[in-house]
Amino acid sequence: MMKYANFPGCSAETTGKSFTVSTKYVSERIGFELVDIPDWNCCGTSAASLTSPELAIALPARSLAIAERELPGLDVVAACAGCFRSLKTSLAFARESDENLEHVRELIDMPYNAEANVVSLLEAFVSDDVRSSIAEHVTRELRCLKVACYYGCAMVRPAEVCDFDDVEDPRSMDELMELIGAEPVDWAFKTECCGAAQQMAIPKQARPMIERIFENAAANGADCIVTSCPLCMLNLDMREAEINRARIAEGKKPFDIPCYYFTELIGLSFGAEPAEVGIDIHFHPAEMLLLRRELDALEAQEADLAAQAEERRKKAEIAARIAQKKAEKAKKAAESEKEAKR
Amino acid sequence: MRALDLSGISEADIRACKEIATEAGVDLKDCYQCGKCTAGCPLAEGMDLMPREVIRFLQLGALDVVLDAKTPWICAQCAVCSSRCPQNVDICSTMRAVRIAAKRAGKRPVPEADIFDDEFIANVRAHGVSNEQYLAAMYNLKSGHFTQDMGNATRMLKRRMVGVAIHNTKGRAEVAALIDRALGADEGGE
Repeated sequence: MMKYANFPGCSAETTGKSFTVSTKYVSERIGFELVDIPDWNCCGTSAASLTSPELAIALPARSLAIAERELPGLDVVAACAGCFRSLKTSLAFARESDENLEHVRELIDMPYNAEANVVSLLEAFVSDDVRSSIAEHVTRELRCLKVACYYGCAMVRPAEVCDFDDVEDPRSMDELMELIGAEPVDWAFKTECCGAAQQMAIPKQARPMIERIFENAAANGADCIVTSCPLCMLNLDMREAEINRARIAEGKKPFDIPCYYFTELIGLSFGAEPAEVGIDIHFHPAEMLLLRRELDALEAQEADLAAQAEERRKKAEIAARIAQKKAEKAKKAAESEKEAKR
Repeated sequence: MRALDLSGISEADIRACKEIATEAGVDLKDCYQCGKCTAGCPLAEGMDLMPREVIRFLQLGALDVVLDAKTPWICAQCAVCSSRCPQNVDICSTMRAVRIAAKRAGKRPVPEADIFDDEFIANVRAHGVSNEQYLAAMYNLKSGHFTQDMGNATRMLKRRMVGVAIHNTKGRAEVAALIDRALGADEGGE
């Protein structure tokens, strides 16, 4: 399927702007269509579920009911992992029983049948249609880029709600990155939590969560982290500088790991300029990495060629010496034969 | 785990702990205290009770210990505990249920976490969507952490990620009514 009802989420035009811009860039090129749900409202995220279970069901259901009415037949896509989980939790509740569905209708005071499915943008992008369309548009393979694919928690947990990929070792984003030529690294923090809103409420306790994610990505040789959620992205990208200041003060090496949305990297592989996909407004500088890695790759190629030439020269030199020795040996043998005949 | 005088625990406490578990969809007897939840918790080092201990104290009916604990308020709701529990105990939803019960009892062991969520919902109630810049400003004001993330706010302004404009959902009155209805239903459901 290539057409969805879109739930933009509250960060779409603000802190998650680059996600929106890069999604639009890629979608337009591959014929992937997103129609915004008219008059959608905030999903409530963990603030709602920590306030009241009823609220956590009701807030997402209103947007889903509007989508059902205004965009019938379309499944709903949410780019943000937090929105995705909230919407899908509400949907799962409504689908559990007729009684639940009736309760949701009463809460939102609207007709609603819980018809449309909810998927994350990442899930929509790993469908066969979208993947083959992406493959057709790649003009600049990101061959030299080692990426740590970071899914975060809300994309996969709780598994019975999210129903997406492996809960401990998801592969979808890794496969997307392979499709555009990048090299995903094996690492242990794919689904580790970024701290979400706790980075604001309890920064002291929550900051180490981010530091460990960077640490593990670096330890496994990643050039960058690829994200699929605007809050994960903000927590990593915006707070990297602060974490680096603390590391320097402790005498540790600072990180130099840019973070990207998977859609930004797909955009780059289509030949986009960094600014066209929102990479120019990252907090940690992210525009140079690909260029630097491409230069590294060219230099490595040159070095490789030089090494090959050197090897050929050495082989030829040895072969020449062998030939020389053989000739000398043959000559001596001929001489001693002559001697013997005499 | 500390020693606990069980003689101070009343029938009402035990009942209240069971109600919290029911609210969370958990059968407390399922937990055999293996500690896998704690092992995987990315915030355990900052908690006063380990996730495993929250379940243990609920089993024991130690209501006050649980309601006074910072742990449920430090929890980021990432659900790695529930996901890895060999007994399918939903520890994550238990944290939510404890938090809601604590708040009803007038307790908020980590005020910042409570202020953040209240401001978040107030923001959504007023506008239908969350306006991050105002949420952050109100949070700083009410929590007393006036300068938190100020540098980042400047960096966001520079990148035109945030501005002064407030975004509103057209049907924000509808959303406000929905929030009131849901919170009312929640009270009624007690």
